[in-house]
Amino acid sequence: MELKRVVVTGLGALTPLGNTVSEYWNGLKNGVSGAAPITRFDASKFKTQFACEVKGYDPENYFDRKEARKMDLFSQFAMVVADEAVKDARLVEDNIDLDRIGVIWGSGIGGLRTFQEECVNFANGDGTPRFNPFFIPKMIADISAGHISIKHGFRGPNFVTVSACASATNALIDAYNYIRLGMADVIVSGGSEAAVTEAGVGGFNALKALSERNDSPETASRPFDADRDGFVLGEGAGAIILEEYEHAKARGAKIYAEIISGAMSADAYHITAPHPEGRGAFTVMKNVLAQSGTNPEEVDYINVHGTSTPLGDLSEVKAIKQVFGDHAYNLNISSTKSMTGHLLGAAGAIEAIASIMAIQHNVVPPTINHFTDDENLDSRLNLTFNKAQEREVKVALSNTFGFGGHNTSVLFRQLKD
Amino acid sequence: MSEIAEKVKAIIIDKLGVEESEVTPEASFTNDLGADSLDTVELIMEFEKEFNVSIPDDQAENIATVGQAVSYLEEHAK
Repeated sequence: MELKRVVVTGLGALTPLGNTVSEYWNGLKNGVSGAAPITRFDASKFKTQFACEVKGYDPENYFDRKEARKMDLFSQFAMVVADEAVKDARLVEDNIDLDRIGVIWGSGIGGLRTFQEECVNFANGDGTPRFNPFFIPKMIADISAGHISIKHGFRGPNFVTVSACASATNALIDAYNYIRLGMADVIVSGGSEAAVTEAGVGGFNALKALSERNDSPETASRPFDADRDGFVLGEGAGAIILEEYEHAKARGAKIYAEIISGAMSADAYHITAPHPEGRGAFTVMKNVLAQSGTNPEEVDYINVHGTSTPLGDLSEVKAIKQVFGDHAYNLNISSTKSMTGHLLGAAGAIEAIASIMAIQHNVVPPTINHFTDDENLDSRLNLTFNKAQEREVKVALSNTFGFGGHNTSVLFRQLKD
Repeated sequence: MSEIAEKVKAIIIDKLGVEESEVTPEASFTNDLGADSLDTVELIMEFEKEFNVSIPDDQAENIATVGQAVSYLEEHAK
């Protein structure tokens, strides 16, 4: 059986840098930080008091009040970006068979605020269970894909992947593979997360995973800098419409790029720490190239996982050097998390969009907040520090890794016939 | 209108997102006010909380209209 080609025909974004794809891209190429003091709750007793929140978001601009009340913020974010992408791809105008459109979404956590509020209400009561009937359907991570399908009537394959911070990339890889196999013509993919809550920040603080640079939120996310001290929690969503190539061509769809490979591996090492030598990161990048017959030398840009943690950034770079050899020095490497913070299960979605936009515009977004070289990092690598760089980007690789030791990589390529 | 009826109306407007004019005594939660089965459960829970009553499931099944809710609560509210 011949596998089909898969292309990107629509995008949507709601991020700490901007609430549409074009606002997001403007923020990325201009090196803007999305970090600021937390507004979603009183964080004055928390070790970390800042985050990369979505700004100026009012649910009433998108939903009627009754509808919004039944959706956790992570589902609202999913609906908003899916709408932008569906419009961008003209799925409705072009009258596509709805049985052949699927939704494969990613979320690392799901409705954390809903879960927290319902448990707090119960704990504050007299033991009588008064759980809201919408508690479970608001909280479960998969409801995001359900909501998108209900709104648009998409009746194809429908589910959510959960692999912590790799979730959205797993969703993309599944969507890619199902279309390759002919099981759907179009899949709305991506991911969303809204974990800037007391439980989210407190939980990650307890893991010592977050930056505690409260006196300078906007410089806290500093991947590859010698003084990095943890990641900055972000929230938001990204949507990517994947479509079978001939199907897209036949309807004259705008094609952003082709997705040519997706690979997965496990560290099989520790629940939260990365393998120190980047063993799993090595395997996943090696496989993402091999599966598509791509030579390492063909890759122009790597959008790294690079969360700004002391261990993670080093092990990922070790793996890149092993996979790419001398070509590692010709690549542009950047961590857009320096600007967006870490959107957990949505990271893979907005970073795939950053990679696709880099191909579209031949601009590599920067790793901002570089102040001091880390002597453990090879200074010959081009980590695209502080300012965007222009270069032709034909092939871009995006890495995302998750707690549990899940590693995922996807490859996007400029479309060629 | 009784105080209970006023409160019931306010809860329905808030939870179901409907206009005040639609909340007539004869209006059915599901047929006229757009509630699904989960909305109805939520409404009953709100009535229990607001009026400090416990409405058993078999009696909740008989509360399908605005008027039925008001008369049940006028009888049972503490």
